[in-house]
Amino acid sequence: MGGVIGAAGGVAGALRRPGYLAGAWPWRSAWYLVSGTGPALVAAPFAMAALAGRPWFLAALAAGPFAAVPVGRWERRRLRAVDPRPVRDGHAGGPRLREAATWRELAWLGLLVTAVPAVAAALAGAALMLGVFLVSPLLAGEGPVAVGFATVGSVGGALVYAGAALALLPVLGYAAGGAALAEAWAARRLLGTGPRDELVEVTRSRARLVDAFEAERRRIERDLHDGAQQRLVGLTLQIALARLEVPDGGPAAAGLDAAHRQAKELMAELRELIHGIHPRVLTDRGLAAALGELADRSAAPVAVDVRLAGRLAPEVESTAYFVAAEALANAAKHAGARHVAVRAHRSGGLLVLEVADDGAGGAAAADGGGLAGLADRAAAVGGRMLLSSPPGGPTVVRAELPCSPSA
Amino acid sequence: MQPVRVVLAEDGVLLREGLAGLLARFGFEVAAAVGDAGALRAAVAAHAPGLVVTDVRMPPGFTDEGLRAAVELRRADPALPVVALSQYVELSYAADLLDSGDGRRVGYLLKDRVVDVAEFADALRRVVAGGTVVDPKVVRQLVRRRRDPLERLSPREREVLALMAEGRSNAAIARELVVSEATVGKHVGAVLAKLDLPPDDGTHRRVLAVLAHLRGEGGSAAG
Repeated sequence: MGGVIGAAGGVAGALRRPGYLAGAWPWRSAWYLVSGTGPALVAAPFAMAALAGRPWFLAALAAGPFAAVPVGRWERRRLRAVDPRPVRDGHAGGPRLREAATWRELAWLGLLVTAVPAVAAALAGAALMLGVFLVSPLLAGEGPVAVGFATVGSVGGALVYAGAALALLPVLGYAAGGAALAEAWAARRLLGTGPRDELVEVTRSRARLVDAFEAERRRIERDLHDGAQQRLVGLTLQIALARLEVPDGGPAAAGLDAAHRQAKELMAELRELIHGIHPRVLTDRGLAAALGELADRSAAPVAVDVRLAGRLAPEVESTAYFVAAEALANAAKHAGARHVAVRAHRSGGLLVLEVADDGAGGAAAADGGGLAGLADRAAAVGGRMLLSSPPGGPTVVRAELPCSPSA
Repeated sequence: MQPVRVVLAEDGVLLREGLAGLLARFGFEVAAAVGDAGALRAAVAAHAPGLVVTDVRMPPGFTDEGLRAAVELRRADPALPVVALSQYVELSYAADLLDSGDGRRVGYLLKDRVVDVAEFADALRRVVAGGTVVDPKVVRQLVRRRRDPLERLSPREREVLALMAEGRSNAAIARELVVSEATVGKHVGAVLAKLDLPPDDGTHRRVLAVLAHLRGEGGSAAG
């Protein structure tokens, strides 16, 4: 639990610092403990009704699940008094009663009307007793007084109690801090998204990052395609038309011919560049078409066996595409493959993509290499990439990506 | 001779103006130059053109609106010559076009071809004259996908095959490859024989035969 409590901020950090008792934290902790007793005060009449055998206390039980959500919301705010780290509620927006978050909030409400006021009451009792001990020397002059569980008859006797109380005050301060810390810990566990949900959340945020990255690539591709590329085609066309108005053989003709040639080369370069950023065919026609096109561009002969109906989520399509592109490039460039096979199909909730070549093998997903980067991308969409490439070949690159049909 | 009236659809303004200039320069009459598929349909209805040149990808969806409009127009009037310009080779686009009408008077070219203005204008004229024009890259993809019988072709014969698919005459192929027309005739005969196609009896017929053969089994690989 150290990881959960160990944050430097809030009461957890304050308890470890030497100046804890002199600062505001014992008081904040006390406030946190006392302010948590509200629900218990509301529930008290119902508890008494239950003890008295009156059936209307059942109303409180029935109302519990409905009260739990707004109480939870309030409690998350109250938690900030001792723990500044944000707590995200675990509600996903579905029916309240079917969410685990609601029931965890109800569990917290249960603690709020039982253990929380009990601890608060115990500490308040202790504080009251120490307070009485402290003032007992002033009271004892009038005759014997009852101080808690004892009776003192003289100022001298009272001073012993007062001294003991003074010695115990730091203990009370730390006890308040410790109780607040325990309460905050339990509140965080029950009112937050839960430990398992946090892991899911981490994956989700990685997936969001990949999504954003993907969207950005598509945006750049679109901008270049609709902007620079179209204008360059228009410009090259203009040069060609201008050339027609110039008689052959002159210096102007040669200059325009050179300009036209260079513009065409630039067109080809730009097309390749844009294609590398995010192929248009992938956006427009989907993975099957893009893999076919990729195979056609490959230097080595490629057999394509793609069985995919419909479109997949964009990040899945592009991850699979770039895995295939890298694997094909490696097969042709490094492995000297004579034959490559690209297979893709859906199996259960997975898109399985396999690129197999008969090349030299020995490919490694070295750090920073193209394959390692793709393994990272596959992991970010919740999938994985497998590589088998013994020296001498064959090499098989396999990507398994969770997928559901995109709308 | 009356100039051929053209309806042009291209959403990029610069390129649209460039294309309009090109068409005018090569003796076409631009009846209308529009920027989306809806306007293309309206313009064809209004001007009854002798040729439609359209970008495949157009607003509002920026996918294949232009192509779908072209196929629709061909369905309504199978004799309407249509040339579609595509950003990349998509065999299914080419197939959709070739399957519309009787496969004559259609062209499917990569957009980048327009910068070779004379060749582009020539391709448009061939389509207007009843021919079929398919981008050499489409042919190259089809050739790559159909290995077995095509492996029997020599590299030169494959070049000839690609030019045949473009709807070129033997004379035009001879000029392109800088060989004699008789040599081309020999190559064409060899290609047709090796692919088990009927002997040459007209340019567009042999284009269709070659394309039909190429698309036969291998063309659907990208599905």
